[in-house]
Amino acid sequence: MNDTNEMLLEFESKSQNESFARTVVAAFAAQLDPTIEELADIKTAVSEAVTNSIIHGYVDCIGKIRMKCVLCNNELTVEIQDFGVGIDNIPEAMEPLYTTRPELERSGMGFSFMEAFMDQLEVQSTVGEGTVVRMKKRVGKPDKIKDDTQQTKQQHLVHD
Amino acid sequence: MRSHKCLFLSHRSALYDEGNVSQGKEGMKYMQDLKNQGRKNARAGEEGTTYEVLKRCLIIHLNGELDHHNAIGIREKADKLIERNHIKHIVFDFSGTNFMDSAGIGVIMGRYKKVIFIGGKIAVTNLNSTVDRIFRLSGLYKIIEKHDTVEAALNHLQ
Repeated sequence: MNDTNEMLLEFESKSQNESFARTVVAAFAAQLDPTIEELADIKTAVSEAVTNSIIHGYVDCIGKIRMKCVLCNNELTVEIQDFGVGIDNIPEAMEPLYTTRPELERSGMGFSFMEAFMDQLEVQSTVGEGTVVRMKKRVGKPDKIKDDTQQTKQQHLVHD
Repeated sequence: MRSHKCLFLSHRSALYDEGNVSQGKEGMKYMQDLKNQGRKNARAGEEGTTYEVLKRCLIIHLNGELDHHNAIGIREKADKLIERNHIKHIVFDFSGTNFMDSAGIGVIMGRYKKVIFIGGKIAVTNLNSTVDRIFRLSGLYKIIEKHDTVEAALNHLQ
C-alpha cells in the first residue's frame, strides 16, 4: 500500500503568487482528505515560506521559486526552494521575532509558524546560492476514516 | 445590524464638492450612481477591504485573505485614514477573512504602535478558529482585545 504522488511548480517571486502557491498546495493535499484545520495549517506554512523567498531571498529583484510537493501514504512533504541571497545564520533567522526587514512590518514569526503548523521543518541555505525549506506533515487519519465509514454503515443497517 | 453610514465618507464628500447634487429624480439617480461607485471602489480595494470611520474609531472590514501581498495596500490606506481623521481606536473585523499569516500580525502590530501613544486601543472581531489560533500563538492577545461583534468592540472602546 505505497500511495505516492508528486508535483513540481515553478513561479516568479511576485507577491501575488503567495496566494496562488498556497492554494495549489491545498488543492494537491486535498486528496489526502485533510481536516479544515490541517488545510489551514498547510496554507499558512506555505504562505510563510513563499513570502520569505519573495522578500528576503530576492530582496530587490524577481527570481524563480520552485515548489515541490510529495504525497506518500498520508504524509505531505513540501519543498520550497529559491536561488536568492541565502541565509547566513539559520538558527538566528529562525528565532521568534527576529527579522531583517522591520520597515516592511515583518513580525519575525514566519519560521515559528512553519514549525508550529507542520510536523517537521528543515532549512538548508548557502549564502549567494539560495535556500531550501522542507516541511512535512501527516495529514488525515486513514484508519479513523475507515472506522467512521464502517460505523455509518452499521448505523444505516440499524435504521433499515 | 452594522451601520454603513460612514462608509466611503471621503468619496462622497469629495463628489458633493463638485456641485453635482441636484434634487428629485436626478438626485435619486445621483445617489444610486454614488452607491454603485462605492461598490466598485470597495471591489477595487484590497480584495474588497472596506473602511469605516465612526467618531475617532476606524473599523477595517477585512475581506479575502490577509497575506503579505494584501497587507501592503491595507497598511497604506489605513495609515492615511488614521492621520486624516485623528483616529484613536481601531477595530479589525475579520468576518470576511478565512486566512491570515504572519503578515497580518505585522499589520496589527504596526497600527498598534501608531495609536498606543495617544492612548488608543486595538480590537479584533468575528475571528474564525484558524485566525484565532494565529493570534494566540503570536501572543498578540496581550496587547489587543477580542470581541464577538463590531458593536461589542465599539461599546468597549468608547
